[in-house]
Amino acid sequence: MTRATSSAPPNSRAPILTACAILIFAFIYLPIVVLIVYSFNRDGVGGFPPQHLTLDWYRQLFADGAIWDAVLNSVIVAAASVALALTLGLLAALALDRADFPGKALFRRLVLLPLILPGIITGLSLLMFAVFVHLPLSLGTIFLGHGTALISVATTELFAGLQKIDRAQEEASLDLGATPWQTFWRVMLPSLKLPLIAAGLLIFTLSMDEIAVTFFLIGRDNTLPLEIWGRLRRGITPEINAISTLIFALSVALIVIWYRIRTRGLGTEPQDLLEQPKTQEQAA
Amino acid sequence: MHSRAYKTLITAPPLLWVGLFLLLPYLLMFAHSFWIVRDGFLVHEWNLQNYHKLISNPLYVEVLLRTMRIAASVTLLSVFLGYPLAYYLSFHAGARKELLYQLVIVPLWVSYLVRGYAWKTILGSDGVLNGFLQYLHITHEPVGALLYSPFAVIVMLTHIYTPFVFLPIYASLEHIPRPLVEASHDLGANRLTTFLRVILPLSMPGLLAGATFAFVLSLGDFLAPLLVGGPSGTMIANIVQSLFGAAYDWPLGAAISVCILLITITLLSLTERFEKRWSFK
Repeated sequence: MTRATSSAPPNSRAPILTACAILIFAFIYLPIVVLIVYSFNRDGVGGFPPQHLTLDWYRQLFADGAIWDAVLNSVIVAAASVALALTLGLLAALALDRADFPGKALFRRLVLLPLILPGIITGLSLLMFAVFVHLPLSLGTIFLGHGTALISVATTELFAGLQKIDRAQEEASLDLGATPWQTFWRVMLPSLKLPLIAAGLLIFTLSMDEIAVTFFLIGRDNTLPLEIWGRLRRGITPEINAISTLIFALSVALIVIWYRIRTRGLGTEPQDLLEQPKTQEQAA
Repeated sequence: MHSRAYKTLITAPPLLWVGLFLLLPYLLMFAHSFWIVRDGFLVHEWNLQNYHKLISNPLYVEVLLRTMRIAASVTLLSVFLGYPLAYYLSFHAGARKELLYQLVIVPLWVSYLVRGYAWKTILGSDGVLNGFLQYLHITHEPVGALLYSPFAVIVMLTHIYTPFVFLPIYASLEHIPRPLVEASHDLGANRLTTFLRVILPLSMPGLLAGATFAFVLSLGDFLAPLLVGGPSGTMIANIVQSLFGAAYDWPLGAAISVCILLITITLLSLTERFEKRWSFK
């Protein structure tokens, strides 16, 4: 925080800039506030001012079987994607950090590609792949898409985590006769605990919300975003506001936890997700 | 310090997985773009017909140009909103900085669909905004042109990408050594000059990264047009999506995707080069 207080120049009163910042915050939050308010509006979405507050839409939502089936599907896919992306992301981060192999630069770019490509490209590529190898579309293909695409997030997050841990501990462990396997489980993984949890939460949230890739890989079972998507096409009711409000509340909770863990694990430096690991190239 | 076996063990699984489930699918898309559909069946016959169709059909060119216009508007607006916000947080927020930073990143991870849906309820002809305007007696009839227009797509995407653009700009502003700014003030430059000659150039890498991100992701968006765009807001990815759906012409859809992919990769490598040149050492 010392940096923050010393950074303001002496003439730090800037009323116009402050007003702009408030307006921009309003633009960012207005839709979310509107969404939440109208989830309690008896007369449906639209009309002003909202009148007759009610919890009916939430009651209707909790009685809605299709929505909860979709929630369950999404949770299954998200949990499996977290497991896959963390495992392969950790290995990829280790490989990028500690091993040299042919095609390393290409590999790095390729892993990060789903993060910066529009979802439709990744989704369609995987659709063509699934059809090509006669893989029927199901929750399994969605898992394949989410898990593979989110390796990018796991890799960047865990690579950043690896940069922060003390290599001397591992060297000491190896010098004292531990096998690489023991060192991996007893020294390195424990010191990566916070980045692993933080990356896991982030991947879970992203998978729960994913729609562009899912759109093309969906089989018979809907995920939550696609269930909502289907309903939107049939017309809108405050029940969608109600589920959206719950999703919002849950994401905020997860993000606050994620942010806390991440700041403890990686320091307060805001890290750009897309910032590419550069240290190795510069060292070379 | 590590044995070769260890290095193989950490390298092989991600390499194989990414090769099989990422590289191969992307290559397959590339291959599809050179194949054709004949009598409703995919024929593995290598030719450039799809690319020829793309260039010669004015519809595709028109939609691609419109998509570029929409993406450019979204990028500009996101930068115009994201930059002042980042500047304010970095230089004027004082002790509230940390809290405000969290307030910007929260909506970043709030469901894309939820935010799109919110705009749909706001901009609709019997939506919240029209209700509000009539409540204030500014208008007496619903303003119809808000939803289902390129305007709605631009508003929705700007709302989504402003925090994305904010992040790298904020990071690069935070990296500017404060003594440089103070030196500029001490040497008699006013705030505008300091901003234009010191801060803006040094934050250029962040600005470029954010702008590229917003442009590239808007360029390939197909959900916003479906949700709030209407027929006049159709974008290039909607054409791809319909070619993979009802229209059933995967090779042509793949060819358009390859074009989107090429535009994306070209832009990314260009900005990467610029970022390197402008980075503060």
